[in-house]
Amino acid sequence: MFTDELGQGGNAAGGPDNSAGHHSGTGESLVQLITPGGERVSHPQYDAWVREVTDEQLGSLYEDMVVIRRIDTEATALQRQGELGLWPPLLGQEASQVGSARALRDDDFVFSSYRENGVAYCRGVDLADILKVWRGNASSGWDPYTVNMATPQIIIGAQTLHATGYAMGIQNDGADSVAVTYFGDGATSEGDVNEAMVFAASFQSPVIFFCQNNHWAISEPVRLQSHIRIADRAAGFGIPSVQVDGNDVLAVMAATREAIERARHGGGPTFIEAVTYRMGPHTTADDPTRYRDANELEDWAAKDPIARVKGLLERKGLLTEQLEAQVAAKADAVARELRAGCINMPDPQPLDIFKHVYSTPNSWLDRQEDHYSRYLASFGDPAGANSEEGAR
Amino acid sequence: MTQMTFARAINSGLRKSLENDPKVILMGEDIGTLGGVFRVTDGLQKDFGKHRVVDTPLAESAIMGTAVGLAYRGYRPVVEIQFDGFIYPAFDQIVSQVAKIHYRTQGDVKMPITVRVPFGGGIGSPEHHSESPEAYFTHTSGLRVVSVSNPQDAHTMIQQAIACDDPVLFFEPKRRYHDKGEVDESIDPATALSMEKARVVAEGKDVTLVAYGPLVKTAKDAALAAADEGVSIEVIDLRSLAPVDFATLEASVRKTGRLVITHEAGQSGGLGAEVAASITERCFYHLEAAPVRVTGFDVPYPYSKLEMHHLPGLDRILDGVDRALGRPNSLSGLEG
Repeated sequence: MFTDELGQGGNAAGGPDNSAGHHSGTGESLVQLITPGGERVSHPQYDAWVREVTDEQLGSLYEDMVVIRRIDTEATALQRQGELGLWPPLLGQEASQVGSARALRDDDFVFSSYRENGVAYCRGVDLADILKVWRGNASSGWDPYTVNMATPQIIIGAQTLHATGYAMGIQNDGADSVAVTYFGDGATSEGDVNEAMVFAASFQSPVIFFCQNNHWAISEPVRLQSHIRIADRAAGFGIPSVQVDGNDVLAVMAATREAIERARHGGGPTFIEAVTYRMGPHTTADDPTRYRDANELEDWAAKDPIARVKGLLERKGLLTEQLEAQVAAKADAVARELRAGCINMPDPQPLDIFKHVYSTPNSWLDRQEDHYSRYLASFGDPAGANSEEGAR
Repeated sequence: MTQMTFARAINSGLRKSLENDPKVILMGEDIGTLGGVFRVTDGLQKDFGKHRVVDTPLAESAIMGTAVGLAYRGYRPVVEIQFDGFIYPAFDQIVSQVAKIHYRTQGDVKMPITVRVPFGGGIGSPEHHSESPEAYFTHTSGLRVVSVSNPQDAHTMIQQAIACDDPVLFFEPKRRYHDKGEVDESIDPATALSMEKARVVAEGKDVTLVAYGPLVKTAKDAALAAADEGVSIEVIDLRSLAPVDFATLEASVRKTGRLVITHEAGQSGGLGAEVAASITERCFYHLEAAPVRVTGFDVPYPYSKLEMHHLPGLDRILDGVDRALGRPNSLSGLEG
C-alpha cells in the first residue's frame, strides 16, 4: 500500500545536492541556505531573514550545536552508566532546534515534546534540570515561567493545543509575543495536532507549528504518517507553510523568523516542516537496527548539521584555532557540569509523592499521606527518609 | 431571594464570575450567539464579548487543550461540554494534562479550569445525551468533581469552582435545568458552605440515604414517602464527589447504622462502591446491615422508552431502603 515512490517530498528533497530552485509554499521544494558541503547559497525570499547574522553570531550558532550534541552524548552515556532511566537522543536535529530556538524572544513561549532538549538549553534551562525527569527525580525539571518553556510533553501532539490556547491568551492580552510548539512527523497523525491547526486558523492565533520531520516515529517511517509532504497539509487548514532543510541552521532560523514576524503582526499561524533525521534511536531503550537500513543513516550522515556550519565557517575563514578551542572548552565544561549536576542531584523524599497533586488541601489525599507517614514511622524513622519501601 | 430556574441560577453565577475576574473566560460549542443548547450561557457573549465567551470549533479535545494553554497564560477557563457523552474526545486532555500539570510542574503551573458537564438522563434523548461519566473523573487524581442538586447550590458552587485553583469537573443535572427554586444571589461564595462539604438535606434516624445531582430530589421525595410508613430517612446531598466528605457521612451512619447510596451511573466500580467501602472501613461496628446500592444498571445508557427502568426512581430507592432495614423487599428470600 505504501511505497517509497509515493510523494514523501522530504525524502527526495533532502538530498545533498538539492540546492536549486528554492521556493516556499505548498508543493514547492525545501528551503536551503547552506549546502551539506558548507556553501552558502542565496535564496530570493529567505536571505533577508538572516542577512544581519554576523560572523560572530554564526560562530555562536556553531557553538550551540556542538554543545547540544555534547549534552546529548553525555546524557546517553549517563543512561548507559545507570544514572538515567531513559534518554531520548536528539542527535542529528541540532540545527532544527538551535535555528528555531535562537529566533525567539524571551517573552515568547515554547511548548515542546520530550526531544527538544536542545531548545531547552537555548531557553536557559539549568543543565541538571534537563535531566531531572529522566533520572526519575521529578515528573518535570523546571519552572516553565522562568524560561517561558513548558516542561516536556510525552503525550504525542498534546502540546500543540496548549500552544494554541496560550496564543489565544496572548491575543486577548493584546501582546505581541508568540507561542511555538515543537512536535514530530508522527504527531501529525494525532487528532490534537489537526485540531490545534483548526483552532489556530479559525482564531488566527500567533502560534508557530514547528514540525521536526526526523523521518522516524520509533520504528514507523514518515511515509506511514503522511501520503503527501507534511508541510502541504497546512494548506488544508488555511495555514501558510514552508518546508525547510532542518539540518541547515540558517534556513531554519530564516523560516522561523518569517513565521514569528507574521504572527507578531496579526498574520496568524505558520506551519514549518524542518526536514531532518533522527541519527540515533528513539530513546536509549530502542534498537533502530531492527527497522532501518544502514545506508539511510550513511546518506544522512553526509548531511550533518554541524559539519555544514563548520564547512561554512571554514570557507569564510572564520574557523580559527581560537574558535575551535573555545567551542571545545565550552562543550567540555557543559558536559562536566551536566554530569556533576546529575550525580549530585538530591533524591526526593518518600512523602514528596503526595505534594502538588492539588494546590489546596484534599481530604482523601491528606488521609492517605497521614496513613503512609504512620506506616513509614513504624520502621522507627519518623520522616521516612531512610526507609525504602519494598526493600524488605 | 429570587425564584429562578436551575439554568438561570448557573447563568447568574457565571455572570458574577465574569464580572469579578477579568481572567475568567467561557469556551464551548454554541455557548455564544445561541447561549448554549440549554441556554445556560444565554446573553453572556452579548454582555462580555466574543473574547470572553468564545464559540469554539467542534472539537472537544481542542477545547480542553486550548483551555490548558489559556490557564498557562493565567486565565481561568470555564469549558462547557455540550453533553456528557461528548466528553470522551477530551478525556486525554483532562486526564493526562488538566489533572496532572500541577503535579508535573511541582506546583509551578496552576490549572484553574472548570469543566461544566450537563449529565444524566430522563429527558428522552438518543444515545450519548444521558450519560453519567463522573466515576471516570473521581478516579482521576488531580481533579475535583462536584455535582449540584438545586438552583442555590448551582449558583454558589459554580462561582466556588471557578475560584478554585484546581481543576473542577462540574456536573449539572440536565433534567433539573428547568426546575425552579429560591436563589439568594447576594450570598458570598467565599463564606458559603465549601463545595467540598456534603449537606444533610433531610434529617432522619433510621437510615442514611446518600444521593447527588438529579437524584437528590428523588431521594427527598423518597424520604417523605417513607415518613408516611414511619421510616425516618436522613438524606445527604453529597455535592462533592471527589473528594467525598466522609466526615459528614460517617457522622450520619454512626447515628442511623444503615447506608443506602443511589446514583444514575452503573453500579460496578461506581461512586457507590467507593462510599460503601470507605464507610464500612470507617464505621464497620456502627453498621447494622450491609450498605445498599441503588443505581443504574451496567448497561450502555438505554433507549429512552426504557430509561425509567434504568434510572433509580422513588420506588426502587425505597426498595433499597427496605433492604437496608431488613424489611420485606424485592430480594427477600435470596441468599447473599
